[in-house]
Parts: sequence; C-alpha cells; structure tokens
Amino acid sequence: MAGLHRFANPGTFVRISAKVLPWLAGLTAILIGVGLYQALLVAPPEAYQGNVARIMYLHVPSAWNAMMIYGAMAVASATWLIWKHPVADVAAQASAPIGAMFTLTALLTGSLWGKPTWGTFWVWDARITSVTIMLFIYFGYIALRAAIEDGERSAKAGAILALVGSVNLPIIHYSVVWWNTLHQPASVLRAGGPAIVASMLVPLLLLACGFTTYYLTLLIWRMQREIVGRRVRSLRVLQAQG
Amino acid sequence: MTRKRQRMIYVVAGMVALGFATGLVLFSLGDNLVFFYSPTDVLQKGAPANRTFRIGGLVEMGSVEHVAADQVRFVVTDTANTMKVSYQGVLPSLFREGQGVVAEGRVDAAGVFVAQQVLAKHDETYMPPEVVDALKKSGEWRGN
Repeated sequence: MAGLHRFANPGTFVRISAKVLPWLAGLTAILIGVGLYQALLVAPPEAYQGNVARIMYLHVPSAWNAMMIYGAMAVASATWLIWKHPVADVAAQASAPIGAMFTLTALLTGSLWGKPTWGTFWVWDARITSVTIMLFIYFGYIALRAAIEDGERSAKAGAILALVGSVNLPIIHYSVVWWNTLHQPASVLRAGGPAIVASMLVPLLLLACGFTTYYLTLLIWRMQREIVGRRVRSLRVLQAQG
Repeated sequence: MTRKRQRMIYVVAGMVALGFATGLVLFSLGDNLVFFYSPTDVLQKGAPANRTFRIGGLVEMGSVEHVAADQVRFVVTDTANTMKVSYQGVLPSLFREGQGVVAEGRVDAAGVFVAQQVLAKHDETYMPPEVVDALKKSGEWRGN
C-alpha cells in the first residue's frame, strides 16, 4: 500500500503522470490506427449483415469502456469515501464525462446498426433501457458535482450517487441472460469462448484496448487540469482572506 | 475502531443492502421485464386479450409463405411449441428461415398471431460469408 499512498499526493501525481501522458497518447494512436485499419479493410464482411456489421467495432469497445469507466468511477468514489484520498475524488470526477461520451457513442452506434438489421432504431428492451439509465446516472453525477460548490460536500454527494448507480452494472451485463431481449447475448465474454471468428475478434480487441488507453490519456489530462484548478481556487480563497 | 475502518463498514454495508433491495425489486418484477414471450409462454399463460404483446423465437424452416405482394405467413418456434404468424408489411432484411424474429401484435379468433411489426433478432455468432459456404458444403449448416 505504501506505493499507492505516494499517488494520493496530488503533487506527486501531477509529476509522475506528466511523464506517462505522451506514451499513453502514442499508444492510443497506434492501437486505434491499427485497429481501424484491421476493422475497415482487413476484417471480412459478416455473412448476413455484410458491411453493416463493422459498426460493432465502434459499438462494442464503446459499450465495454462505458461500463469499465463507471466501475472505475465507483471504485474511486469508495476510495475517497473511506480513505479520503483527494486524487481518488479527482479521478472519479474526471472520469464521468468520458464515461458519458462512451455510453452515448454505444447507444448511437447501436441505434444506427439496429435500423438495417433489426428493422428499428430503438426498442425498450432490458439491455438498451439499462444502458440508457447508466447514461442518465452519468449526467446526474456531472450535474450534481457542478451544483454543489463546497468541494468536500460535492465529493461526498457524488461518491454516494456513483456507488448507488453501480448496482446497474451487473444488470446491464446480465440483462441479455436474465430476460428475453432484442439485443443479442454476448459474443466475446461468454461461456464456451467467443462466438466470433478471429479475423473479426482481433480488430475488436485492438479497438477496445485503444479506447481504454484513450480514456486513460483523457483522464490523466483532465485530472492534471482539475488538480491545478483546485489549487488556484484555494489560493484565491486564501488571498481574499488576506 | 479507527474512523477509516468505520467508514469502510458503512460503505460495504450500504452496498450490500442496496444490492439486496435491487435483487428483490428485479425478482418481483420478473416476467414484466421481458421484451417478448416465447410460444411456450403464450401456451402456458394464455395470450393477453385486447392488448398487443410480442412473441419471439426462430422462424421455422420451410414455413415462410408469401400470400400476396406484402402479405406473409410464417411459423415462430421455440423448438418446443410453435405459433402461426401473419404479417402485412415490409420485412427486415435479416428476416430468414432458421433465424431469430420478434413480432408485435395480437392473437385473432382463429388463434393466428396477427403482427403489426416484425423485427429480426441477430444472434451472437459473427462469421464471414466463406465460413457459411463451407458449412453449407459440409452439411453442418442449419440456416438457409
């Protein structure tokens, strides 16, 4: 734990993360570049859907990352509630808009795929509804954090909302198993191995990793700005108090 | 007990209580959260009268019958039970025998499900056209 405690110091975090940031950004560019090339030009069209199936190369990595980021936000929130590490709160707050963006991307690409394959842009089945709820929890979290000016109270309210909303994560994952849905069951994370050929799985995993490093890049950049911003705000308060 | 430990217990206890409450809600909602019923569900529980609902399953092999230009009849099966469906309108491009389908409508006096909307349900398998050709050649293919 001693190693982790070092990162709880905002100054140490800014110093170390500044060194990591360019490498993460470079890795993101490579993963997304190679992934998109594989997805659009190398991978075969799907037997029934044809080229429309290529939407999944954006849809699935977005949906996975939207859920993973929510999980990260919930863990950071619990860490802040229990140990009061200021960096954990900054991480949770900085994650929310990125997670909301991925959730929105998953819903929009899914809708665009749904029209030519299912025959409809939208249905209220358990999977789509639970993901839409996650999007609105993200929005609620962002609004709540912005509405409370006092840093400590804002962090506490946000952390509780993030933890309450995390019950939705297993519901999203198992929605296609527990109930009849129009959305298909999982193709990759399923018992008995992936039901998708390797030539389609490779670009999918490359893009999933690329989206994750993209999240980490944005996260660190946003956290650095937030830490500096908080320092400036507290200096202003000190100055005003004379 | 340190304050950190106390806070940890609060957080864990809160999450356990919340998870339990959510589980109870989902359990009591049960069947109300399904998007469609299978032919077996309809047979066991009876079709709701005066109300549209959705049935889903696979389009039975060899059952699709084009009665008129935009009028089609087919049979939905869940491999245990079947239901006759009649539909007037445009079918989604993924609609085919042996594939998943979800139809919304109601049951008429003759026991036929009259659909207002038919949606195709894609399954979780993703494969290139060559694999389908190979499966057809080897006789392993179960679609059309």
